Parts: sequence; structure tokens; C-alpha cells
Amino acid sequence: MSHHPLRRMIGHASGLLLVLAACDAQAQQPVPAPVKIGFVTFTSGPAAASFGIPDRNASEILVENLNAGKVPAPYNQIGLGGAKIEPKFVDEAGSAADQVTQYRNLVERDHVDVVVGYVSSGNCLAITPVAEELKELTVLDICGTPRIFEEKPRHYVFRVNPHATMDNVAAARYVLTKMKTISVYSGINQNYAWGQDSWRDFRLAMKDLDPKATVDQALFPKLFSGEYGAEISTLLTSKSQIIHSSFFDGDLEAFIYQSAARGLPQRVPLVLTTGETSVWRLGAKLPDGTIIGERGPHSFLAHDSELNTWFRKTYVDRFSEPPTYPAYDLAQSLLGLKSAWEKAQAKKGGARPTTEEVIAAFEGIEFKTPSTTVRMALANGHQGITDTAYGTYKFDKTENKPTLVDIMRFPAECVNPPPGVDSVAWLEGGMKGAKCD
Amino acid sequence: MAPRSIVIGMLAFLLAAAVAPALPTWLVSLATVAFANALVVLGLVILWRAGLVPFGQALYYAVGAYSVALITRYSGVRDVLAMLAAAAALSGLVGYLTGFLLARYREIFFSMLSLALSMILYGVLVKTETLGSTDGFHVDSPTYFGAAPQGGMRLLVLFWLVLACCSLSALLVSLYFRSVAGALAIPARDSEIRLEFLGVSVNRLIHLNLVIAATLAGIGGALAAIAVEHVDPDMSYWTTSGGFVFVTILAGAGSVAAAFVGSLLFELLKSIAYDVLPGTWQIFLGAVLLLTILFLPGGIGSLFMRRRRPEPAS
Repeated sequence: MSHHPLRRMIGHASGLLLVLAACDAQAQQPVPAPVKIGFVTFTSGPAAASFGIPDRNASEILVENLNAGKVPAPYNQIGLGGAKIEPKFVDEAGSAADQVTQYRNLVERDHVDVVVGYVSSGNCLAITPVAEELKELTVLDICGTPRIFEEKPRHYVFRVNPHATMDNVAAARYVLTKMKTISVYSGINQNYAWGQDSWRDFRLAMKDLDPKATVDQALFPKLFSGEYGAEISTLLTSKSQIIHSSFFDGDLEAFIYQSAARGLPQRVPLVLTTGETSVWRLGAKLPDGTIIGERGPHSFLAHDSELNTWFRKTYVDRFSEPPTYPAYDLAQSLLGLKSAWEKAQAKKGGARPTTEEVIAAFEGIEFKTPSTTVRMALANGHQGITDTAYGTYKFDKTENKPTLVDIMRFPAECVNPPPGVDSVAWLEGGMKGAKCD
Repeated sequence: MAPRSIVIGMLAFLLAAAVAPALPTWLVSLATVAFANALVVLGLVILWRAGLVPFGQALYYAVGAYSVALITRYSGVRDVLAMLAAAAALSGLVGYLTGFLLARYREIFFSMLSLALSMILYGVLVKTETLGSTDGFHVDSPTYFGAAPQGGMRLLVLFWLVLACCSLSALLVSLYFRSVAGALAIPARDSEIRLEFLGVSVNRLIHLNLVIAATLAGIGGALAAIAVEHVDPDMSYWTTSGGFVFVTILAGAGSVAAAFVGSLLFELLKSIAYDVLPGTWQIFLGAVLLLTILFLPGGIGSLFMRRRRPEPAS
């Protein structure tokens, strides 16, 4: 039996492999151990198409290019400080209990060094205490709730991307600057935490900026209901001058299709705080004059830079569509981590930093991203702020592509609460300390 | 007096408690959630025997979870037993009240009505902005007889508590199945008219079963909330109820032990599916359910049953 030719062949082959492996190990001796990063985002379910997939796509191209050292300066070092990134992707779909279990699996079974991710605010809130308990460096990605750091100070959790208050304050400022005065306005938001918070922030900001403006309709249809006939009728009979909406994904697109057919957005401009995620799919179906936000100065509103040009080109080349803001959000999260990691490593004289050292470097850091510059200014340096911008939609018929005109930029301090002040308290107190020049 | 299956079951719980310190923490935390959910499944097994399939058991699960969460948020009470008692009492009370309505319905009407009731709670929770709406809120860690263990010890102590609750519930439910009232569930499923003719009120019998199942679901929800340290309205959503029905099919309604084995297996399968098939893990779970229905219509529990049967003959 032992002389079976197949066995002999396997024996030879494995011997050869051993020799090869030994050579390989000798040749690459100085290569540092990889940094394992768990990426968690929706790869299934309703939030996958507009958030999870661009988010995951961005992590794919960034990890690949960072590992190859192909990202433009200042991010041209391989991986994180020379150590290659070893990604592990996990689906965010499922209950909060599922996500907590998966998070523990990532940390305790797969031994990832850092977790980057989460789109849902509920999941972010559920994960944060677990991250603190397990002492695991975690960079929350897209979730917008200000509650993460306002409920309790955190040590192991960071969020590079600004929270949702900024989007709605900037929306109010944009609308009032553009339209001069507003006497009546309405809102249609999904009946869940994101929709309710967005409307609350917008309403409070409007009250601060133009106390005479009154609310006519505050509609809260069911999340993912997809059918808005009754709401559109109500809004058509209203005398509102603008309609605020934080709809996203399928709900946003369904609302646009149904309301445009009945002439609503042509008559009353919609203010869509997350509108940018859908403009490429809606194209000419989205009426000109719609006010579009993208939760920060991302794709249309991004500042020109070599980094942005590289990011857009690499993304379009791979996925044949431009990156939307969730992709930019992921880039900000990962590049923030990289900046902190490398700053800590430089301080240590090039040795691999510990989690505590990365945290110390992360707090309060300022770094460039494809979109803009992020400053970790709030929550003792754990929550980032950026400037932001809004624009008005105009479909370019000759080029056959969406554009934004009348772009207005708002500095970070103009639309974010100062350090140590809770968002709602800041809005209720009349946005004291806002610097808009 | 104590039948062999009860002794074996109790020994299995003791064994699980004894090996827990040697297990990796991710597995302990997974098993904690699995066994907390197994209590809900145990309640489903009770109803299943009477021919009832609730698609709204998440109602009591959420009531239990939110009772614990609200106690930590608005009161100074941190004792875990007091919290569990409150959760059990409240979910039992809700079960008693909804029972007046639900006990009158059977088959799909019962399933749909139970689903409707759980969705009412979901709607109320989503509308409640002070409780974080769909985002839910954090649940502070309870104290165990005055002690507040941290880190790995917290997980271990909680796991032991869950095992204690599970073994006690399993014991009581086993005894209940052997009692007259418990034994009547199967004839009630087979022919209500015959049972009524014998002088038994089927509605009252089912009402009792509903209250027991609701109390178990409430304790399960309370333990899950403590384990996950977070509650959200999804705990009362119909997909959560569907998950419990899934586990009941996987486990089979034949035995008490199957509820626990099935629930643990379900969490393990889900964890493996997340790991191996990110993005398509639901297909894996669906395939498992389909294969179970096709080849093991009695669930995992039927494996034990089949083996046990030939013994007396040999």
C-alpha cells in the first residue's frame, strides 16, 4: 500500500512544498504580521443595495490598494504601517442579538484586531457597550445617531463620520439661505428612529433660524412601506413651501416615482438629506430643483484632491458606477484608522502599536480623506466632525448625468454642536456657539 | 419516581454548567442567548402539543425584555432575581389578558391573531421616541445577590443563571406534561368535542397553556435582554416570532430536551452560516429548515424518540 504511486506523488509534492515554504519564509522575513480587520455591513436585506454594497465595495478596493501600497500620499504606506490588512466580512442583517453574537465571534474566535462597520444605529448602540467590555478598538461607520457618545463617554469606540444632526442643521441653513423666508413647511419621514430623529433635528433647527416658520404636515409612514398615495395627496393639498425627507433607498425611489407622477416635487421642492444615494438610479426622473444632501461633502460635493480623483477612478473602473456617500464614509473610517495607527507607530519608533497606543493617537486626530478633512473634535476626540454642503439637483440632458448646482458649504462648527454639548440640547438652546464664517 | 429522562436532562444541565469555565467566551455567550431563547421555544412546544402555532410569541418575549430594560432605566433595582420575577409576572399577566381572546381561536386564526397582537406592541414601541424608537436602548448589567461580576465572570455567572432557569423550567414543564392538565393537550388537539363531552373546558385548558407559554417567553426575553445588554422593538417583530417557530420545527415538539438542543443547534448553525456565507447565510438556514421538514418531520427530538422505542422489545 505504501508504494501506491499517488501516495508517493503526494509525498514528493508535500516535500517540495515544505522546501518552497521555507524559501518563502526566508525571502520575506521582515514582513510584519497582518492586521486583521472585521468589516461589518449589510450584504443582504433592504439596506444592502444603497448602503451595504457601496460600503463593502469601498472596503474591497481600499484594502487591496492599501496592501499594494497604491493609494496616493499620505496613505502610500503598505496596509497599516507596513502590515498588510487581512479583511473578514460579516453581514449586518439580523437582530441586535445576532450582531452582538457575531461581534463576539469576530473578537474572541477570529481574533480580529479592529472592527470597522455598522450601518444601523440600533446595531451601533448594541455593539458599543460590548466593544467597551471586550476592550476592542471599533470604528463605527455609517450609523448616524448622536446617542453613541452622548449617553456615556467611550474609550474603545470611535466614529469618524459626523452624526446626523449636522445633516439636518445644514439642510435648514441651506433652505433658508436659498429661499430667504419660509412660512409653512412639511416633512415626510419613515416611522423609525432615523426618520424621527432627522425630523426632530430639522424642525428644531428651523425653529432656531426662522421662528415664524410653521409646520403644516409631519407625516411618518411605515418603514419600507413603498406606497405613498395618501401621503402625496395630503402634501398636494398643503401650502408648504418645502418638504423635508430623510427617506433612503427603495422608499426614497418609490416616493419620487409616485410623487413626480402627480407633480408634487415639481411644485414644492423636496429637501432630501440622503438623496445622493439614489440620483444615479433616478437620473432624469428626479425633478430639477430638488435639494440634495449626502451626509457630508462627498461625491458631488467633495473637495478636489488627488486622493478623491484616485478614489473615484479606482471605484468606477472596478464597479462601473461612481461611489456614493456610503463608500466615502467607509474610506473616511478606514483612513482615519490608518492615520491613527501610523501616528502611534511613528511615536513608537516604527514598532507595531498596541490598541491603547492607537487609541491615544486616534483621539483628536485630524486627517485628509477623499471627501474633505476630518477632525475628531467631539466626545473627547472620539467623534469626528467635517464641513458639509448641500446642492440643488439639475439633470444634465446633454451629458445625460446628474449634477448639483447652487452648492453651499457650511464649516464644521456651523452645523455641529460644540464639544461637550448634546445635539438636542444645543438645538433647543438656539445653537449657541455656531461659527458660520 | 423521577423518570430517567428527567435525571438525564438535569445531569446534562449540570455538565454544561461545569464545562462552561473551560469553553471560549464567544461560545458561552452564544449558548447564553440560545438557552434564553430555548425558554420561548419550550413555551411553543407546550402550545404545539395542543395543536396551536403562535406567530406572535415575540410579544411576551419583548414584554419580558422591556420590563427588565425599563427597570434598569427608571428604577434603582438591580437584583437579577427581582427583575426576572417582574418580567415573568408581567408577561404572564399579558398572557392571561390576551388569553381571553386567543383561547377562543384555533389553527390559522389563532396564529394570525397572536401575530396581530405582537405587531401592536411593535407599533407602540416604534412610536415611542423616548425609548429610542427602533434603535432601542442599553440595558445595564444586573447584580447577582449583591455582587456585580465584570468581563468574563459576568458572562459565566449569567450563563449559570440561564442554565438554572432552564433546568427549573424544564423540570416543571416535564412534570406538567405528566399531570392530568398537561396530558389533556394532545386529546384537545385530536378532538375538542370529545374532551368537552368528558366535562373538560378546552378553552380554559388552552388559556392555562397560553399563560405558561407567555411566562416562559417573558423569562426568556428578560434573560436575552440581560445577555445582549440591549433591547429594541425588533424583539416583538413577527420575524422574531417566526424564528422561534423555525427552532420549534427544527427541534420537534416531541420532547422538552429538544427545545434546548434545537435552540443551541440553531444559534450554532446561524453562527457558522454568518461565518462561511456572508450575504447568503439565510439560504443556508432555509435549506436546513427544508431538509428538516423533508427528512426529519418530527424534528431533532424524533431522533431520540426513535432510538428509545425499540429498547423494551429487545
